[in-house]
Amino acid sequence: MSVGYSPKTLAEAQEALGKRPVKVAGATDLLVIDHATGREHAAVLNVLGIAELQGIQVDDSGLNMGAASTFTQIRRSAGVVRHAPLLASAAATIGAAQIQNRATIGGNIANASPAGDSLPALLALNARIVIAGPRGRRVVPYDSFHTGYRTTLLEVDELIARVIVPLPSPTVQIFRKVGTRAAQAISKVVVAISGNRAGGSGLKDVRVAMGSIAAVPTRLLEVEALIQSEPLSAGLADRAAALVEKVITPIDDIRSTAEYRRHVAGQVVRRALLVLLEAPTE
Amino acid sequence: MSTKYRFTLNGQPAEVAGPPMARLLDVLRRDLGLTGSKEGCGEGECGACTVLLNHEAVCSCLVPLFQVEGASITTIEGISAGDEVSELQRVFATEGGAQCGACTPGMIVTIRALLDRHPTPTRAQVREYVSGTLCRCTGYERIFRAIEVLTDQRLAEGVASPSAKGVSGE
Repeated sequence: MSVGYSPKTLAEAQEALGKRPVKVAGATDLLVIDHATGREHAAVLNVLGIAELQGIQVDDSGLNMGAASTFTQIRRSAGVVRHAPLLASAAATIGAAQIQNRATIGGNIANASPAGDSLPALLALNARIVIAGPRGRRVVPYDSFHTGYRTTLLEVDELIARVIVPLPSPTVQIFRKVGTRAAQAISKVVVAISGNRAGGSGLKDVRVAMGSIAAVPTRLLEVEALIQSEPLSAGLADRAAALVEKVITPIDDIRSTAEYRRHVAGQVVRRALLVLLEAPTE
Repeated sequence: MSTKYRFTLNGQPAEVAGPPMARLLDVLRRDLGLTGSKEGCGEGECGACTVLLNHEAVCSCLVPLFQVEGASITTIEGISAGDEVSELQRVFATEGGAQCGACTPGMIVTIRALLDRHPTPTRAQVREYVSGTLCRCTGYERIFRAIEVLTDQRLAEGVASPSAKGVSGE
């Protein structure tokens, strides 16, 4: 028998979190597994009604998104479309309309799947996570949040409250998901690239992040360093692709093979750089 | 623990006692006798169980009961007015949008949500919106045609104005 908590505020949630409930956001993964396995939870906590987890706004902290924001709300948000177009693109590739209407950004982060579609986008955008718990609030850089396969910094009595993209955001933002079909498919590879033009044909502040290529969503630091070490060229694009293939650690699984993932991840980066090479600089 | 949850179902107040993680789909079919919503995959992939939750299309197999407290739910049974089928259902019948029928309730509900947001959707908007509701009979062409017949008719009657193309983020 299961008890359900539906707090309206973080303060109310704190009390219930002491009982160590399973935290439920959009439930788009959780309920599938519950139903398939017949497992039951002693206690569950609905995070969707918590006031502090709602709303998307631009404020002093940056583009400030409630963790309970659905991917539909994210892709429709004028602030996201303006400042974080690669996140809007990521949101639009998640499942299909029915999933985007339920799945939340906080849930995608806490679920910590290496294939989570929004996660490389958040890495590329240098996002920060606001965590609320009985010891108060703490803000952590998202690129330190995942500590291993499906493990995170989040303690059992804590919640993800907000996700913040610092502003100004990068002027170059590219997102690409490779899957079996445009809708519903879980990714074979997800790639998010961001940066700023460095004058001439170079890039600076480059961040290259990928999903489904390692145990956690991962930044490719060596690839970032290479890309900003010299002006863009076809030769640089080729070398960046080769380096991507070398540094990522994908696996064979039901959705793809390590070999295919290495190849396609390199080619996505190569093509992105070629597009940037030909695009007019602002 | 079985708790009572209250919500609005097809415009009427409803109250159901059940465990917090009961699937809305099971509550609708078993507890409330509304068997129009079908279970296909049970994983949120096929869309056969689609209902409207606060006017947005969702897979009822993925919605836990305790999250619908206070919400408004519309099922396929709420799309038609009494014994009268809606215009959307009528064009599905006349244009061959409904064939074997397995996807039809979920498809009608999904398209209802689309038309509420975009009264005269582009083909691209339709394709994207129904991408989570699988139909293996029609190849979708007859479904698209049904929607176009309905929207052409609405435009002719002056009920709807063309929706802006390229609405941001859509």
